[in-house]
Amino acid sequence: MTLRVSISTRLGSYGTFAAISAVGIALLFALVFIQGGYLLTVMQLAMIYGVFCVGLNFFMGYTGQASFGQNAFAAIGGYGTAILCVQFGWEPVAALVASMAIASVASLVVGYPTLRLRGHYLAMATFALGLITYDLSVQWTSLTQGYMGYAGIPPLGIGRFVVEDERLKLVCLMAILLFSLWLSGRLRNSRFGRALRAISTSEAGAAALGIRISQYKLAAFVIAAVYASAAGSLFAHTVGFISPEVFGLQMVVVTFTMLYVGGVGTVLGPAIGAIIASLLPEIVRGAGRFQDIAYALALLVLLIYLPKGLSTLADLGKRRPAEQGGGN
Amino acid sequence: MAGSEPMPALIEVDGLSASYGRVAALKPMHLRVEDGEFVTVLGPNGAGKTTLLRAISRLIASRGRIRFKGRDITALPTHHLAKLGIVMVQEGRGLFGEMTVYENLLLGAYGLGHDGEKIERRFEQVFQLFPKLRERASQVAASMSGGEQQMLAVGRALMAEPKLLMLDEPSLGLAPKVAEGILDTLGELNRKGLGILLVEQKAPLALKLARRVYVLSSGSVRAELPAHEIKSHYDLARFYFH
Repeated sequence: MTLRVSISTRLGSYGTFAAISAVGIALLFALVFIQGGYLLTVMQLAMIYGVFCVGLNFFMGYTGQASFGQNAFAAIGGYGTAILCVQFGWEPVAALVASMAIASVASLVVGYPTLRLRGHYLAMATFALGLITYDLSVQWTSLTQGYMGYAGIPPLGIGRFVVEDERLKLVCLMAILLFSLWLSGRLRNSRFGRALRAISTSEAGAAALGIRISQYKLAAFVIAAVYASAAGSLFAHTVGFISPEVFGLQMVVVTFTMLYVGGVGTVLGPAIGAIIASLLPEIVRGAGRFQDIAYALALLVLLIYLPKGLSTLADLGKRRPAEQGGGN
Repeated sequence: MAGSEPMPALIEVDGLSASYGRVAALKPMHLRVEDGEFVTVLGPNGAGKTTLLRAISRLIASRGRIRFKGRDITALPTHHLAKLGIVMVQEGRGLFGEMTVYENLLLGAYGLGHDGEKIERRFEQVFQLFPKLRERASQVAASMSGGEQQMLAVGRALMAEPKLLMLDEPSLGLAPKVAEGILDTLGELNRKGLGILLVEQKAPLALKLARRVYVLSSGSVRAELPAHEIKSHYDLARFYFH
């Protein structure tokens, strides 16, 4: 019985929502493709942020930990790929993969002592990590070129095949995001993912079942860092330019918003959140100088009426626990 | 002579104590559960019952020695104990509410590694014991009734192939009949050889099954006696309040 039954049952409601989302996103992409121009860039960045958020979701959503410093690993990805490509003439894909490897080692080194902390202390420690990285990217001019940043970063490509067309860039980024989501979904429902989600609910309960808490937290942190690094590299190859501001505090705020708007701890939430939170400023642009207020209001409405994020729209209409249970 | 050495207890705590800050929740105490024995720990609120189980499970820092089948496990971390067969059902059940029944049970079998056949066998055994869990396999744990959640908590613990099952007030918040059903199942498991250490406030229910009883009060063992002796008194108040 069992595994097949339970997973297929889950896929029932989940699959319907995924199908509706897919149709909606496909229509959106069609519009963006036809329209082109600025919207195309907005969607490209949404895909990149989506990759970042899918990774962040491993640590914050599945494992239930707080990290305000994932921008540090995006910076490693961005600068790593920029330096390797511009200064050493590496192939973009090789530079991207090498940067991910550097980010994974850095996250292991940083995560091992940091993840002994919990709650607010962990949040503050990771926040410091982001600040330190930002300062390094400004001050270490011999490596990062400071505020000047790196220009002339080549677009993604393998050998002679270079993704220069903006529409093709979007298709590639979307494919990468879909692959990230697929991987995230697979891992979430694996033994590893169940252990992460158990930690998120109760560390003591998870440990009592034999789960090594520190090991799993570190693994989730490293995965999030690798995703962040990939997002940083993708940004560099897509825009062709990076500077310290790209990986600053703004990135932390934006990605948090995306994660919570989409649905923290869900598979599709990070991607949905990235797309919606990227498009929302464009949608409310008509409000003129009240644009920021309109944006904030829209976010508030979303978070009040869908506190668990847009991806929980799939749960609307389902019976609530109190209605299903009852009695002793 | 080696042959005449007594069998080591399933679990034995020696001088175990624990405190929350400056408050001593558990004063140095001795307790043992023999292989296949059903032992109950009785005591009022604040007696140190939960602290005792949490200290044995290494969920809180403690002093003293803990031996499992003669092996000193005092220094082992919590996650190691499940692999040895020491499994605890926490007060309030400790379920992963947003996961399905099936996922909760799978997590119970975490210590069994990737042995699919073994896990499948455990599933069958648990489903035979609690058929309701089979029916509810794809239901989210938080959406079940209190009694079903308790079945799931016990079922999840059984997935780990325990040798010692520790339960912290499994009857808490349950209707008497439901609680009785859960305890009857524990009795059945014990008759099959599972060692059980049960912490309870509801004495009549707990005493139905236990062979020996420890009575705790203010963090100390006030009495250790066979269950039938305590049954004949029936008035437990004198053990509770010294």
